[in-house]
Amino acid sequence: MQHEPSLTEPVTLPTQRAAGCPFDPPAGLAELREQRPLTRMTYPDGHVGWLATGYPAVRAILGDPRFSSRYELLHYPFPGGPEGPLPPAPVGDMTGMDAPEHTRYRRLLMGKFTVRRMRQLTDRVEEITAEHLDALEHRGPGADLVKAFARPIPALVICELLGVPYADRDRFQGHADTIMSMDAPPEEGYAAMAALQEYMAHLVAAKRADPSDDLLGDLACDSDLTDEELIGIGAFLLAAGLDTTANMIAHGTFALLTNPAQAEALRTDPDLAPRAVEELMRYLTVAPTTVRSALEDVEVEGQMIKAGESVTISLEAANRDRERFPDPDVLDLHRKATGHLGFGHGIHQCLGQQLARVELMVALPALLGRFPTLRLDVPADEVPLRTNMNIYGVHRLPVTWDED
Amino acid sequence: MDVRVDRDRCIGAGMCALTAPEIFDQDEDEGLVVLLNTRPPQERRAAVRIAAGACPAAVITLTEQDTSTAP
Ligand code: HEM
Ligand code: SF4
Repeated sequence: MQHEPSLTEPVTLPTQRAAGCPFDPPAGLAELREQRPLTRMTYPDGHVGWLATGYPAVRAILGDPRFSSRYELLHYPFPGGPEGPLPPAPVGDMTGMDAPEHTRYRRLLMGKFTVRRMRQLTDRVEEITAEHLDALEHRGPGADLVKAFARPIPALVICELLGVPYADRDRFQGHADTIMSMDAPPEEGYAAMAALQEYMAHLVAAKRADPSDDLLGDLACDSDLTDEELIGIGAFLLAAGLDTTANMIAHGTFALLTNPAQAEALRTDPDLAPRAVEELMRYLTVAPTTVRSALEDVEVEGQMIKAGESVTISLEAANRDRERFPDPDVLDLHRKATGHLGFGHGIHQCLGQQLARVELMVALPALLGRFPTLRLDVPADEVPLRTNMNIYGVHRLPVTWDED
Repeated sequence: MDVRVDRDRCIGAGMCALTAPEIFDQDEDEGLVVLLNTRPPQERRAAVRIAAGACPAAVITLTEQDTSTAP
């Protein structure tokens, strides 16, 4: 099993998840993390950059301002991207900016996503959750949990927070799905983005004319944002809010249903919810990958990353680093998983994380509590996985329960 | 233990207020960290250390002193 010389050969990004392991990162990532947690990687466009899979390397790079997030400096790590670096971030997409441009957007928004403000939404999230549980119960056993529970709850919440009419969802949900798909050709992705922006343009015009008491209404009257910026921010927040938590709810339920002892622990001990959410975030890492580019030569973990080289950051691999999380491949809701990288790290760490936490802390225990006999309605290996999407999870989750 | 924060570099992620709410808050308008107590009592120090380690922008610095003489 000695392949010494190959240890310096550039690798390609492992993307195949082992059959029967829907919760584990692609197996090749674990192997790399053990042997060379920061390694050279050949990108599909021919660029030779890096791949970071170890927790210390990932955290060091994400926390270091010498690594840029500007899309136009990044090579895409998955097949199907452009030749050469990505196009620059659309106006309003702060994930693709560095300080000080990034700082300006982040500061405009972060006061609206604080721990306290998000906790104030708890009652409303509980109400929305209860309505969906009532509807499920009313229709009787058997449902696709993605459609009936995991997707509508975060969608309703982000719509209310931003001030986007939920009734318009046919006009934005499809576009948001296309943006998140890795199968869609780039042109289709850009067309979907344009369509989402067009929808947002109408909404922003309405908010400018008649500011409503919601996030977009506030920004429309209190900030110095241009229309273009406001449209971009609105479209980005809407897309981010629609798809991320939804996948955590569905994939989290899938994980709990296949680990019944853990589900039981959460069902019987509501105080476990905060820890359970952190552990599920770590274990599932539904936003598995991000990319940075070195602005200058930087030494990381004893290796020299040269200016201009892209680094693919495997959040999912780092969250399974045994040096940081003992028995990393075990889902253990009692573990202290704080410090996980499921929301990223550094200045781009998720803006919506406190909202996602509230949604998850409400939705998961409520679901388990309402349907104590909840179980999968198909064999686990028939649940369709989102291997083709930027945000991982399941496309559908057929479940059933006993009527009492 | 002595706690300091660099508000200029805070990105309002809220890890501090989530982890050690008796010591850290975020201001209502801007979401920036607010230090409620620069000298956390013994029983809060473990949480403060976790918060400092979890801060994504490395904004929180701790100076550990000889706790036997600290007030
Ligand atoms: C469980 C659900 C969520 C997960 C797993 C998640 C994950 C992430 C990750 C990993 C990043 C960092 C990306 C990078 O460094 O390249 C990020 C950034 C971001 N997320 Fe989330 N997110 C979630 C929910 C949300 C929600 C509900 C919102 C809605 C407002 C949101 C808005 C954002 C924004 C605006 C950024 C960019 C922040 C910046 O660049 O400063 N996220 N998210
Ligand atoms: S955790 Fe750090 S970045 Fe986040 S609010 Fe607290 S001090 Fe600011």
